[in-house]
Amino acid sequence: MEILVLAKQVPETAEADLEITRDGADVEREDLVYTINEWDNYAVEEAVRLKEEHGGAVTVLTLGDEEAEDVLRRGLAMGCDQAIHLNDEAFLGSDPATVVRAMVKALGGRRFDLILCGVQSADQGQGQTGVLLAQALGLPYASLAVGLKLVEGGLVITRELEANTLEEVALPLPALVTVQSGLNQPRYVSIMGIRKVRGMAIEGHDAEGLDLAGQVGPEAACLAARRLSLPETGAGAEILSGSLEAVCARAAGIIREKGGLK
Amino acid sequence: MSGILVIAEHRQGQLRESTLEALGAALALAPAVGGEVVTALLADEPEALAAPLLTRSPGLRLLAHPELKEYNPEFYLPALADVVVGMAPALVLLPHSSQGLDLAPALAGRLNLPLVTDCLGLEWDGGALTARRLIYGGKVQESLTLKPAATVVVTLQAGAFAPAPEGVAPTPEAVRLTDLAPQHPRRFLRQLAAAVEDVDIAAAEILVSVGRGIGGEDNLPLAQALADALGATLSCSRPVADSGWLPKSRQVGTSGKTVRPKVYIALGISGAFQHQAGMKGSQTIIAVNKDPRAPIFSVAHYGIVDDLFKVLPTLTAAVKA
Repeated sequence: MEILVLAKQVPETAEADLEITRDGADVEREDLVYTINEWDNYAVEEAVRLKEEHGGAVTVLTLGDEEAEDVLRRGLAMGCDQAIHLNDEAFLGSDPATVVRAMVKALGGRRFDLILCGVQSADQGQGQTGVLLAQALGLPYASLAVGLKLVEGGLVITRELEANTLEEVALPLPALVTVQSGLNQPRYVSIMGIRKVRGMAIEGHDAEGLDLAGQVGPEAACLAARRLSLPETGAGAEILSGSLEAVCARAAGIIREKGGLK
Repeated sequence: MSGILVIAEHRQGQLRESTLEALGAALALAPAVGGEVVTALLADEPEALAAPLLTRSPGLRLLAHPELKEYNPEFYLPALADVVVGMAPALVLLPHSSQGLDLAPALAGRLNLPLVTDCLGLEWDGGALTARRLIYGGKVQESLTLKPAATVVVTLQAGAFAPAPEGVAPTPEAVRLTDLAPQHPRRFLRQLAAAVEDVDIAAAEILVSVGRGIGGEDNLPLAQALADALGATLSCSRPVADSGWLPKSRQVGTSGKTVRPKVYIALGISGAFQHQAGMKGSQTIIAVNKDPRAPIFSVAHYGIVDDLFKVLPTLTAAVKA
């Protein structure tokens, strides 16, 4: 089985104290640590598991700057066999439709039985790239997979709907599937593992080589302007202050009273 | 180009509330955008689902075909593409749901239309759409102004827009579709309820709920000790269930359970929208997080900004005292 998996590098922001640049165009990136998009990590794991079980090869693809190579090395360390890097600063600021156009060009007609990627990215969270790529390649697809089973004639995908409801759909192969978090338990990647794949070749593409010079980046995007700000938070919450003991005593009192405990 | 097209959603024989929210957003924008607001309802028997729209949507198109009983993009796409091309609306609005997330990029891709997803606010100014949405897990807000385009596809976050009020009496235009040709044989098989319940967290009066900040399965006994001291039930946010630290049936949020306990204690939960939607109806919410700007504090009534591992043992002792 030939599998392609898309992986994006994103800043780790769950615990980070985010600041906005003065011009409102971006978050301050200096102190941020970068990692693989959580959803894509599940997709890479699923791709490698399918290969281990059914044979074949996995290609991991990213679009990003020089640093984004870390995501590809990580993928190779997890068990991917080949890596493709759409590596050009010109790509930055592209909208998902442009990103997909660049991916299609870089793939240049190569065929895969299955394409996997995360449902969305932890940074922009647009949830567009996977389904747009399926549409561009003319592939059947299913989004939000929390289960993936290879069966006679294709796949059975369990999709996560709202309110504890799931849906099963049958897909023929080749197909594209976007992966929801929790699909599997991704393997641990050690520094040693990444060192071992240091020498593996990565296929690189820039905008010019793909005949896309001047057709990518912010100018080609559907956006005229983008402005970031910090949302109002804490407006609703009374922040308890004082010593740890005093804060906890107060909180315990509130819980007892509001919870109807004596 | 003028007018707004709303794409309705239904499941298990019911029109979904998110449809009325999308319609509410459309009606609010309509005076600025101009043209009519039309809702497209695709189903095997759309008449049976249309009641809430018959008093709310100025225009209503009922598209009937046996294959539209359950959502399947292979049949929804060709049907909708025809509607969009025929009407040429300025905006196409869909809920940002498991259906909208599956359908909107395919529709936009197929017709080569710009798409902006998961929006919380929309403004229309002189032919340009500005959309407000949250990024980085709800920590940052972005305001996007789109270049003028004939038609823009937009998906809307659940709960962000007020449902459409009653007050119109449309004349529905019913169309029985005959030749809906799927591109691929994606097939709907069945719907099923998720996870078997070990405990019904929706029935609990007090929930002690843990998030990513709990760090690992090994730290769960700290939270369990507080729950035991309060006679409370342990619940969690998505990352905890994804990691297998607690069963999926303990997950609070849009894809898990919606809870409304007397007291909800959020420990190390940043409070992404999907979580908030499942717990903001709680009577009292107390959040513990070391990040003072964690989105959870915007829905909490009381907050403790500190390290959860310092707070937990002290709070448990205070409850027992």
